[in-house]
Amino acid sequence: MSVKLNALVSDSYVDVSQYRDQHFKGNRYDQEKLLKQSHTLYVGNLSFYSTEDQVHEIFSKSGDVKRIVIGLDKVKKTACGFCFVEYYTRTGAENAMRFINGTRLDDRIIRTDWDAGFKEGRQYGRGKSGGQVRDEYRQDYDPARGGYDYQGCLSHKSGIHLFLLFGCTDPPGCVRR
Amino acid sequence: MSRRRHSDSENEGSQPHKRRRTSEPIEIEDRLESLICRVGEKSTSSLESNLEGLAGVLEADLPNYKNKILRILCSVARLLPEKLTVYTTLVGLLNARNYNFGGEFVEAMIRQLKETLKNNLYNEAVYLVRFLSDLVNCHVIAAPSMVAMFENFISVTQEEDVPQVRSDWFVYMVLSCLPWVGKELYEKKDAEMDRLFSQIEGYLKGRVKAHAPMLQVWTAEKPHPQEEYLDCLWAQIQKLKKDRWQERHILRPYIAFDSVLCEALQHNLPPFTPPGHMPDAQYPMPRVVFRMFDYTDAPEGPVMPGSHSVERFVIEENLHCIIQTHWKERKTCAAQLLSYPGKNKIPLNYHIVEVIFGELFQLPTPPHIDVMYTTLLIELCKLQPGSLPQVLAQATEMLYMRLDTMNTSCIDRLINWFSHHLSNFQFRWSWDDWSDCLTVDPEKPKPKFVKEVLEKSMRLSYHQRMVDIVPATFAALIPAEPNFIYKYEDESASSLPGYPASITVGNAIKNRATNEEILAILKEVPNPNQEDDDDEGESFNPLKIDVFLQTLLHLAAKSFSHSFSALGKFHEILKALTERDEGKLHILKVVYEVWRNHPQMIAVLVDKMIRTQIVDCAAVANWLFSQDMAHEFTRLFVWEILHSTIRKMNKHVQKIQQELEEAKDKLEKQQHKRQKDSGDEEDMDKNSEDEEGQLEEQIERLQEKVESAQSEQKNLFLVIFQRFIMLLTEHLVRCETGSVEISTPWYKNCIERLQQVFLMHHVTIQQYMGTLENLLFTAELDPHILAVYQQFCALQL
Repeated sequence: MSVKLNALVSDSYVDVSQYRDQHFKGNRYDQEKLLKQSHTLYVGNLSFYSTEDQVHEIFSKSGDVKRIVIGLDKVKKTACGFCFVEYYTRTGAENAMRFINGTRLDDRIIRTDWDAGFKEGRQYGRGKSGGQVRDEYRQDYDPARGGYDYQGCLSHKSGIHLFLLFGCTDPPGCVRR
Repeated sequence: MSRRRHSDSENEGSQPHKRRRTSEPIEIEDRLESLICRVGEKSTSSLESNLEGLAGVLEADLPNYKNKILRILCSVARLLPEKLTVYTTLVGLLNARNYNFGGEFVEAMIRQLKETLKNNLYNEAVYLVRFLSDLVNCHVIAAPSMVAMFENFISVTQEEDVPQVRSDWFVYMVLSCLPWVGKELYEKKDAEMDRLFSQIEGYLKGRVKAHAPMLQVWTAEKPHPQEEYLDCLWAQIQKLKKDRWQERHILRPYIAFDSVLCEALQHNLPPFTPPGHMPDAQYPMPRVVFRMFDYTDAPEGPVMPGSHSVERFVIEENLHCIIQTHWKERKTCAAQLLSYPGKNKIPLNYHIVEVIFGELFQLPTPPHIDVMYTTLLIELCKLQPGSLPQVLAQATEMLYMRLDTMNTSCIDRLINWFSHHLSNFQFRWSWDDWSDCLTVDPEKPKPKFVKEVLEKSMRLSYHQRMVDIVPATFAALIPAEPNFIYKYEDESASSLPGYPASITVGNAIKNRATNEEILAILKEVPNPNQEDDDDEGESFNPLKIDVFLQTLLHLAAKSFSHSFSALGKFHEILKALTERDEGKLHILKVVYEVWRNHPQMIAVLVDKMIRTQIVDCAAVANWLFSQDMAHEFTRLFVWEILHSTIRKMNKHVQKIQQELEEAKDKLEKQQHKRQKDSGDEEDMDKNSEDEEGQLEEQIERLQEKVESAQSEQKNLFLVIFQRFIMLLTEHLVRCETGSVEISTPWYKNCIERLQQVFLMHHVTIQQYMGTLENLLFTAELDPHILAVYQQFCALQL
């Protein structure tokens, strides 16, 4: 009879991105499998002031939220601009990728990406100063993300130099936006 | 953006990115698919030359890929209805070049039509029939055989004892083809068509439309009547007929090929008997046509076609189809909507906004998830920043002005849409334009709407932001700061009976006391309900719950996570305190008392408590309808909690039903296997017998579980409907004895909330209709309330 047209089943907003968690415990195959079945999203580019309430409100629009884990600065234990959102169903997460990813929360465009699943310890930033790596060498002034980058006066250095100097665990090309 | 990124992995399985040689058949099939799907899109060449070229390519490939091409064309007929005439032209060209292929295509389409009808895919069936009818214009199908098919469809209206929605649907199917093929059919077979018309007219006159009021977005007839969908379509077709079938909107590429096509031989459709009515058939529900704009609203530029013009029907159909095809990809969807062919002759932005709001407000439920429409509108604003935001603002203004007669469910969606939309645009809005809402009764729809919008907006930002964005005159509508209200806050509460215990319990929790220790402390809490010499000690002690929960939630007030953690840590104690129904009710009461300024927190706590079985669904329903919550009865958060509770109940039942089905399947497989293997070895037989025994036991247990869950579900609906009936009857009786107008804002809210329960959960409620009718919605009920039930029944007549 009729076929499912590949050209029409495009659902590109739900596709997995290029980013892979370098700290993932397991092989690449496992990671891919978990990402494809995941109900959990990483959410990035949050303001440091965004609260769990706000995250819950917006992400509930695509499905029932099971759990939110706010990302914390490893040293200060304060919010450092990312979080994990886990849904009860895969569909809830997919609809978030389709309709909440790339829209605004607290006036900032937030980004969502598939996550292999929250594990204790993953709620901490992996930057040398305690926040996220991307804030280590951010060039611009972002008042909602602590102002200048964590190195302050070294903000003129390019991302590659900072990587070499401070040994950030994630190379610049694969930083979670 | 490659659209076929994952097609490889679906075919190959283990090696998703292996490159293949270009000459392989699968590559060619993919290419054919791509060519066919893409024709009609933006191109440097004209549509006609693209179609000509494609027809040539396909003709050449027919010897080797005929079946594939047939299948692709059948699929686009079914799945891309917005490009109908592009593909009928293509088929016409192929038929002109290869008569046999044309015949095989028609046969394949008929087979596909039968399949879709068998599988309850009624919308797709309509697209297929429309495709066939347009093939008459392309000289592929002979007009008389099309008319014969229509006659068979309309004969369904003569059937007896079938649901009205069945015959409705066949009439709809025929009428909706006429904008495309009416002219041709009338030219060839006017006598038959006239007969068909009078049959349809007779049928439409006799239709029961009790369902219509329940589906209307506005109760007012002005400025735009909300017409029942068949009535509207009939008016449009009649007007088209009066205009002698002159229709100038539909893009008809086949006209350019007329000289080629009229040389082609036509095929006759085989006689098609509509399949009989089956009890499990799910016909489409009736609809009401959503209109919010007319030609006066688009002041400059092209004129908007009138509400009874067939152009209006075709445009709306096509825009709905585009959304149906592309809803998962908002950029593509927006781009496709904005590149609608013929857009220069119509005020396209107005049509798009109207169609989108029409879907968002559709009753019972929108075709797609609500948030999709918000994001789609944002995407459209990005693509047309100079024109679309203005149309959207105009639409918002109009919707605000007509709030007084808007259905409460639709107002809910408007609140959610508007607040989410604003949060993407720094909450910029001309609030002063709405200052008329400040001078009326705050329970009226307009001030209530603004209040709820600000409450939702606050959830997406913070309290001070709300103060900043509205004029000072709006202060009364700004929500309260979402702070915890602790009864035992300080020394001024020291006279309260629970105060000493609250300190002790608080310290115990902070010092990580065990559950036993805390329970021991709570045992000492005096019971305000208990008589002094009553030794029972078992009667319900609300103060215990009050002290423990207030203190615990106060300590955990920092965030949702803290509160969830607290509920989890002290789950044992909470379960003990809420063993009885009174306990469950009281715990909800306390949650409300402490968090009444933070409805969002109340909702998430109630959700958590249901999921961890501290309270049950019926308790939540009883609490929401209780006297204590009467003053909050018209607030949106109350209804969000109620519907969320019903949904959880429904999901729970579904989950257990699924487990039961899976166990039954497993048993069947096991039995099947045993029959096949029987006699192999005694041991194996014994093992599989044991396994089967276990499965049978499991199935019995699950069966009981399902029955118990369904009983709980039925009970939940009974509780809810019973409470509605009590409240509404009370109000109606009071109004009648006092000779006061029934229709207060409270009444409108309440009766529409009753409708909302029916509409939002109609699938589940259908199962319990018998009980509902016997126990609750009897003839003795006040006619105002009974009308809601009767309208609901009319939806599936």
